[in-house]
Amino acid sequence: MTDTVAQASTVANAKAAPDTMAWDSGLRRLMMIYLPLGCFVLILLFPFYWMAITSFKPNAELMNYKEHNPFWITSPTLAHIKHLLFDTAYPRWLWTTMLVAIGATTLSLIASTLAAYAIERLRFRGSPYVGLGIYLAYLVPPSILFIPLATVVVQFGLFDSPLALILVYPTFLVPFCTWLLIGYFKSIPYELEECALVDGATRLQILRRITLPLAVPGLISAGIFSFTLSWNEFIYALAFIQSGANKTVPVAILTELVTGDVYQWGALMAGSLLGSLPVAIFYSLFVDYYVSSLTGAVKE
Amino acid sequence: MSVTTLPPLALVQRQPNWLVRLFDYKPFLVVMCLAPAIGLLAVFLTYPLGLGLWLAFTDTTIGRKGEFIGLENFQYLLTDPLWWNAVFYSVVYTGIATFGKFALGFWLALLLNNHFPFKSLLRAIILLPWIVPTVLSALAFWWIYDPQFSIISYLLVDVLHWRTSNIDFLGSPWPARFSLIAANIWRGIPFVAISLLAGLQTISPSLYEAAMLDGASAWQRFRYITFPMMMPILAIVMTFSIIFTFTDFQLVYAITRGGPGNSTHLLATLAFQRGIAGGELGEGAAIAVSMIPFLVFATLFSYFGLARRKWQQGESND
Repeated sequence: MTDTVAQASTVANAKAAPDTMAWDSGLRRLMMIYLPLGCFVLILLFPFYWMAITSFKPNAELMNYKEHNPFWITSPTLAHIKHLLFDTAYPRWLWTTMLVAIGATTLSLIASTLAAYAIERLRFRGSPYVGLGIYLAYLVPPSILFIPLATVVVQFGLFDSPLALILVYPTFLVPFCTWLLIGYFKSIPYELEECALVDGATRLQILRRITLPLAVPGLISAGIFSFTLSWNEFIYALAFIQSGANKTVPVAILTELVTGDVYQWGALMAGSLLGSLPVAIFYSLFVDYYVSSLTGAVKE
Repeated sequence: MSVTTLPPLALVQRQPNWLVRLFDYKPFLVVMCLAPAIGLLAVFLTYPLGLGLWLAFTDTTIGRKGEFIGLENFQYLLTDPLWWNAVFYSVVYTGIATFGKFALGFWLALLLNNHFPFKSLLRAIILLPWIVPTVLSALAFWWIYDPQFSIISYLLVDVLHWRTSNIDFLGSPWPARFSLIAANIWRGIPFVAISLLAGLQTISPSLYEAAMLDGASAWQRFRYITFPMMMPILAIVMTFSIIFTFTDFQLVYAITRGGPGNSTHLLATLAFQRGIAGGELGEGAAIAVSMIPFLVFATLFSYFGLARRKWQQGESND
């Protein structure tokens, strides 16, 4: 690893060598690459640092910048998190969000695996158009749909029920997952399936025994992505859920914790931090899948 | 001998499993495989889309079935200064935020395309703002924009002594508008940077080598190799970005809820306020429908405007 890095840097130096001195190119590299990168990282991460540090600050420090340096905590406290976990319905909201995210992810993974397999491998007349139609569905933003969807949800008697969210989230998850999985199925050699067909396997056996095991990385990508998107969804959850107990974390923090004129910044930030942690942990475990699905979906 | 005995044996094995045979019958299988996805999308996407169009022409309110009233909703919107204000801000918001996201995101992608240690770690860190729920990071921005305890004000007033008074980020229209745009750019940079980085990595190094041999400067290499090669992916990412910035809801709803004085309403938040919070479903649907022409125009513009080069060169349109 260090070897390749060293090699790469010598290559870069060699390229710059003809017109600049070695120290100059080092300085240039510092100014042109590391300094801007440092600024980007600082700005992109600062809100999280601020969120984290606020959630452990006692109220006295939070509201007094004259005597306490706001960038640091002198006496950290767990009071905000304790308040959140024991005085509010926060654990309940976390549980609902988890349930909705897992339900919606499972449903859309099943639906989109089958759809992607049919479009990519069972090639029938018009299969590219079905694929295109599903892709176009991804371009319909939730902001246009939420008002009529609210009436549909009421018609089905699902208003104020997490089940409504589980059924509605696939509208933006299925197009994305299908598109991602079509790309994955494409990368699996068709010859493998032909061999199995010749050996007398049925189509479903092929899907279960050959295609799916080979598409596991794609399935993981689609799964974690769907989980993240459902965890983060806001507008549907805001429009379809009314009772405090059934709300998801993002909606509940905004509508249940923001009360009165004096905002409880400590509790709000602690809630945001705890609400972000599950996806952040998930993300840290599967970083490469995230990056590949993000870029894969764009490239397709 | 064995050849003659084999077919009946296979027949005997297969005959009773009519279910297996049914599932091996291709048209049936295609229908079965597509049914869940198409069913979900038809019931919860296509039907509501049509219903939304219908609602926009009715005077439906929550709890009362509306009647067809023709273009009345839209006529009302055209005379409504709040709607015009929302259209104006939606366009400004989308324009400035998209420009900012792509300028900074492209720059970040170019920076990340260099060799340096801990690159994958850095890439992972940079995606964080995009992974974390928008509303939760918006709350952090709300706190950063606090009139009294804003950390930015503290930095400018007490540490750097550049100003003498705190900045009133969200109290008056224009500062509030730009504060929201800044938050949107912050959230959008990672997605743009990582997608464009993937595009940058597909450009063959031999092109740069050839250009360097011909004596092209760094700027020329960027202008005549990187930029044209990135056009197709830029077009796609920009189309997505414009659609989801124009219809943005979460950031504005979380930070200002359209205030101060309704100056920061986007069309989506205005539709929510009228349609769900105010109960005027018909009018809310009309506002939502009024986004569609803008979206179609923006999509066509960004997609064909930017992808033009590609099909002019006669490459396949994949």
